[in-house]
Amino acid sequence: MGRTLAEKVWDDHVVRRAEGEPDLLFIDLHLLHEVTSPQAFDGLRKSGRRVRRLDLTIATEDHNTPTLDIDKPIADPVSRIQLETLRNNAAEFGVRLHPLGDVEQGVVHVVGPQLGLTQPGTTVVCGDSHTSTHGAFGALAFGIGTSQVEHVLATQTLPLARPKTMAITVEGELPEGVTAKDLILAIIAKIGTGGGQGYILEYRGSAIEKLSMEARMTICNMSIEAGARAGMIAPDETTFEYIKGRAHAPEGEDWDAALAYWKTLRTDDDAEFDAEVVIDAASLSPFVTWGTNPGQGAPLSADVPDPASYEDASERLAAEKALEYMGLEAGQPLRSIKVDTVFVGSCTNGRIEDLRAAAAIVEGRKIADGVRMLVVPGSARVGLQAVSEGLDVVFKEAGAEWRHAGCSMCLGMNPDQLAPGERSASTSNRNFEGRQGKGGRTHLVSPQVAAATAVLGHLASPADLTDVTAAAPAGV
Amino acid sequence: MEAFTTHTGRAVPLRRSNVDTDQIIPAHWLKKVTRDGFEDGLFEAWRKDENFVLNRPERKGATVLVAGPDFGTGSSREHAVWALQNYGFKAVISSRFADIFRGNSLKNGLLTVVLDQKIVEALQELSENDPEAEITVDLEKREVRAEGVTASFELDENSRWRLLNGLDDISITLQNEADISAYEAKRPSYKPKTLQV
Repeated sequence: MGRTLAEKVWDDHVVRRAEGEPDLLFIDLHLLHEVTSPQAFDGLRKSGRRVRRLDLTIATEDHNTPTLDIDKPIADPVSRIQLETLRNNAAEFGVRLHPLGDVEQGVVHVVGPQLGLTQPGTTVVCGDSHTSTHGAFGALAFGIGTSQVEHVLATQTLPLARPKTMAITVEGELPEGVTAKDLILAIIAKIGTGGGQGYILEYRGSAIEKLSMEARMTICNMSIEAGARAGMIAPDETTFEYIKGRAHAPEGEDWDAALAYWKTLRTDDDAEFDAEVVIDAASLSPFVTWGTNPGQGAPLSADVPDPASYEDASERLAAEKALEYMGLEAGQPLRSIKVDTVFVGSCTNGRIEDLRAAAAIVEGRKIADGVRMLVVPGSARVGLQAVSEGLDVVFKEAGAEWRHAGCSMCLGMNPDQLAPGERSASTSNRNFEGRQGKGGRTHLVSPQVAAATAVLGHLASPADLTDVTAAAPAGV
Repeated sequence: MEAFTTHTGRAVPLRRSNVDTDQIIPAHWLKKVTRDGFEDGLFEAWRKDENFVLNRPERKGATVLVAGPDFGTGSSREHAVWALQNYGFKAVISSRFADIFRGNSLKNGLLTVVLDQKIVEALQELSENDPEAEITVDLEKREVRAEGVTASFELDENSRWRLLNGLDDISITLQNEADISAYEAKRPSYKPKTLQV
């Protein structure tokens, strides 16, 4: 019988397989950041161990880093200690580090692909659940805990039980204005936050094949929000084109050999998945979340659901608690929800294509009164690219704040946070209670919906802007 | 890792589903560079409410968390496991755990036990009606016992063996160092490298 993409990559990395034991898998690329590595380095030090493969290890700083005044000392002493700890560990153990201020610094999941380090058929791990992002290249990529970070540092392997595989097949054309973010939010709403648990997802079908690498990364990024540790997309010409010429892409004969291997990385026609979900791309529309987990979402055109409409008691209770936390009423149109803050950025939607999409919508328009919009490139390089295209000027002229690269408002670890009761439309990945700051309320959206929301002051899609444009003559 | 064989203690019933790791330990606690001192951050936002179950005097000293489905979703932060352990929990019972959280818990000796949702609810009810009721989590017999409840649970033999003996994963892996070297020797040259060595 044939094998799925995930099974092929898995099999190619088995170092040891024995009855009654998990497989021991070789790890091709280990990404590190400041939050989940200090205790791992501490463990190495206590056991007198070294990093086995420095040439497969790279670190950057992203979660704690401020996005303003990056040339000044970090104000929060606890954040500063954590960053200094990473710098000291990198120096002591010899790990390549791109610290704040370095041109290659940025959100770890933007940096890996950008350097050409994320390649098809590799195994990629990081102490961060959004490592699933790298699956967009046909890599087997998943988040790990700190004990596993230490294990990979010491052995370049991980003992792992083989997950099952699930096909998410998306056929047809995404309608105009519907993005990868809308698609993945719709998938999570359909299968639930636990639907992918125990599975590696493979996104496939004609709608997926048409997506850019950046859109594919957005989709794979949020696999974890459906409970799956990993999501993958088979590499194709779009993938090869993206990698070619990047700093760590193979060259010459190595390129040819790599390409020949990469082309084998497709699920065989006679392979069987353990589960399959089919989505009709044409049925989708801009999608937003209303609740406090990423599965609590609905089309923007819908109303806030009535908890009483849930048959399952625990879902009903979860919806009740979510509406209470979010300060929403059942039956209220989602479009009527006013926001204080719009955040464009993160490992989900902080790449150049995302910034271009948001800029195209705010260009020549003004952010609504009382709304603050933060635009945070996913990496320093994305920031430079955006500046070279004049996107920073577009955002600033519209009244948005243009920031330096980092995780920023995706999570409450750095100065960019919501105040209690504040509400955001955010291109990030988690709408958990307090995720963007204590008491903050988050609606997950695409960059396009974020930008339209910033202009109108309430949840909106670009299609809602036509009247605004008509009413505002050029130059006014 | 501390070995886990069997544990008996009072319970905390947590009737919420989808308890994500941001609720278990909020992000601002993740700036610490140690594995301890997370107990005050455990469920920090919810503990501001004096009626939150963990704040009830009768729950003081309880060591078994009986949680709703999909416990530990979201971020991979192992700090969530450390926070539960630092607070004093020895075992968590739920009908469904997120994968990464489960893996992290078993690597730290916090036993996560999967039971049918009906049994989880029976245990919650038992503890709600009688906060003094004790629950025994027996890893040797793979069994949970409480008044009126005896339920077996599954855990793969390898994880069970590691937990019962408190074994360190890295030492086990390094016993097979020759296999790792052999694999490394045959890796293709086109594979990406972060450094030229």
